[in-house]
Amino acid sequence: MVQSVPSPAPQTSIRIIGFLCNWCSYGGADTAGVCRFKQPTDLRVVRIPCTGRVDPLFVAKPLIYGVDGVLVSGCHPKDCHYAVGNLYARRRLEVLKNFLSFMGIDKRRFDYAWVSASEGQRWQQVVSDFSERIHQLGPNPLAGKGIPQPVQGPLTRAT
Amino acid sequence: MRIGVFVCQCGTNIAGTVDTEAVARKALEYADVVYATSYVYTCSEPGQQEIQRRIKEMDLQGVVVAACSPRMHEPTFRRAVERAGLNRYMFEMANIREHVSWISTDKEANTRKAMELVHMAVAKLRFNQPLFSSKVPINKRVLIIGAGVAGIQAALDCSDGGLDVVLVEKNPSIGGKMAQLDKTFPTIDCSSCILGPKMVDTAQKENITLYACSEVESVAGYVGNFKVQIRKKATYVDWNACTGCGECVQKCPSRKAPDTFNENLSNARAINIPFPQAIPKKATINRDYCLHFTRGKCGVCKKICPVRAIDYDMQDEIVTEEVGAIIVATGYDLFDHSVYGEYGGGRYPDVISGLQYERILSASGPFGGHIKRPSDGSEPKDIVFIACVGSRDASVGRPYCSGICCMYIAKQAILTKDHLPDSNCYVFYMDIRSPGKNYDEFVRRAQEEYGVQYIRGRVGKVYPRGDRLVVQGADTLLGIQVEVEADLVVLATGVEASSGAAELAEKLRISYDQYGFYMESHPKLRPVETNTAGVYLAGACQGPKDIPASVAQGSAAAAKIQALFARDVIETDPQVALVNERTCVGCLKCIMVCPFGAIQSKTLRDGSIKAEVLASVCQGCGLCNATCPPKAIQLQHATDNQILAELNTLCA
Repeated sequence: MVQSVPSPAPQTSIRIIGFLCNWCSYGGADTAGVCRFKQPTDLRVVRIPCTGRVDPLFVAKPLIYGVDGVLVSGCHPKDCHYAVGNLYARRRLEVLKNFLSFMGIDKRRFDYAWVSASEGQRWQQVVSDFSERIHQLGPNPLAGKGIPQPVQGPLTRAT
Repeated sequence: MRIGVFVCQCGTNIAGTVDTEAVARKALEYADVVYATSYVYTCSEPGQQEIQRRIKEMDLQGVVVAACSPRMHEPTFRRAVERAGLNRYMFEMANIREHVSWISTDKEANTRKAMELVHMAVAKLRFNQPLFSSKVPINKRVLIIGAGVAGIQAALDCSDGGLDVVLVEKNPSIGGKMAQLDKTFPTIDCSSCILGPKMVDTAQKENITLYACSEVESVAGYVGNFKVQIRKKATYVDWNACTGCGECVQKCPSRKAPDTFNENLSNARAINIPFPQAIPKKATINRDYCLHFTRGKCGVCKKICPVRAIDYDMQDEIVTEEVGAIIVATGYDLFDHSVYGEYGGGRYPDVISGLQYERILSASGPFGGHIKRPSDGSEPKDIVFIACVGSRDASVGRPYCSGICCMYIAKQAILTKDHLPDSNCYVFYMDIRSPGKNYDEFVRRAQEEYGVQYIRGRVGKVYPRGDRLVVQGADTLLGIQVEVEADLVVLATGVEASSGAAELAEKLRISYDQYGFYMESHPKLRPVETNTAGVYLAGACQGPKDIPASVAQGSAAAAKIQALFARDVIETDPQVALVNERTCVGCLKCIMVCPFGAIQSKTLRDGSIKAEVLASVCQGCGLCNATCPPKAIQLQHATDNQILAELNTLCA
């Protein structure tokens, strides 16, 4: 049992987006909940089928628009429900991580992790560590600073 | 769109730490929300009826339920909205229990978070489209991996239901661990007498195809239509010809091959039939010990075989089978008792594992059922059993209880007293775990009727003194150190996941826990399903289990498949990728990344090349969606616009 999990008091309202794959990490987060493992409350989870579904845009756009952190989590490599989805994700996200600085985003605001559906305790640790890191970084300086606010409706692309 | 939001209180599970009323009030501010309420148990029958009533009354076109995990109740609510006339995909769930109310007690922060999660769900729902399943035929054949008692039971039940079964076993004989046991607790039934007829049945059923000495090589496809490649390992004996007469075994000059069936207590010949009741009763050559292979000069078996079944040139063979569902029943391995150096397992010949003792007790075992010490063949007088060897011990990475050891020690102690009435049996234990019908009574019989001495405490050390062994341990009830001189020490070795479990899980795309046991879909409510549709679990591959539980799971998995196969067609999940041909540039990157071969190219009449998704093969991972440069391929129900709409609510 993890005893000392930091539960930072939300002096500032920090917002973190978590992309969790349906099969492993979303289940891991559920397991953590069922076990009542206490976690910081900053994370907002978006359920996706696979980390391979994560478009770099899903990470970059919120960070540009002032969200304070983005965490992607999926199945451990070799344990992907879709065999190789997380391997594509790992390459894509690693490149993206190094690319964020070029867009004026502190790359520490983004990270990815592997948490299986049984690893409730590991999920608690991942969330706590990442939330603590974002709290230390403080609110995203890009929030509302001359960056155009999103237009009404969805951020559509040509389809 | 007219959206209704239902915020579940889940009794106090959610309402205890989330102000559900406030969440519902806030939801009314979100675009398109025309109705919002908080309800005590939304998943209950009145709760579902309330949703249906409001859909009709308020003319709702989409519903958001903020409650538990969608992994729990999304199917429930989808059915509920469908009954009220909505398409089941015009529904979204916000997880405000596992992800909110259960992980923090800060009501204010929780409430704010719940509001935002509801906002995200509403924003996504506004871009949902009705989706419709298509129907594909089911191939009503079953693959069962592992032919221990769980796999055999599943195979027989499926076979009785008229299904074709493909049964794959990696060892030369079916039967698994149960075939190695002498007796079973708590009835002292002879193990091979109750398993044997089932094994024979399995071999004789016309609709069971048995591949022994074979392993699953690869698995492709999806529920209803799997394509499985099976590697039939070379046995160097043509099993179609072999009659199991055993002539070759008698004459084989290589006598030092390990006898795995007897847990290496004796030696086998290089050509061997594992045990007299083996099914199939066919000989197999162990290449590593066969003189023909090691020295290139023998051939006795080939000369002697009356049916000319020996084939030294045999190669592994790959066969392909098509099935509609898979049961995994790969069982367990025993903990390696040599890890506990202080007990001397593996160093002292008279310190043996529980399964080795089982072989010693068995009439078909190395000593013909007479209890003898492996070292000198003498009859032991004092026998010590040590419980929890590789169970409930985090220091060796096995913090879980193996569940069967307390019972099998009691059984072995009783059998010892039956064989050798003058012997003394001692059991060092931590706690006695004997839940089960007549289990505790059985342990009490061992203590009271048979006079087995139970000593509560851990053993610190086992060391030799003369030709005997000294067991040093604590008696924590008396608070003293004790020392027992023993002739034989039996370690109650625990259960661990079978050695190839992870590789097989990767082939089947199912998950396993940190110990290697396969993950069931839900620990309470879906114990034999996995998260991969069409793949089911039975027996100890899912966690330590005794025989009745394994048999029950085998039957349960078979029943699940009977239910699946009761229909002729299966509804496919419409959450698949879809190509917009107007924007597809024909780069075909999607084909390269698709793990399932679900995308192909086609040429339009104007000569342009476009991607095309085979909906029945697509598994809905969305890898193509993230890869597509012009975003022409979109994963239905998780399109870019739907995900971006969720993110948008947090960007404001």
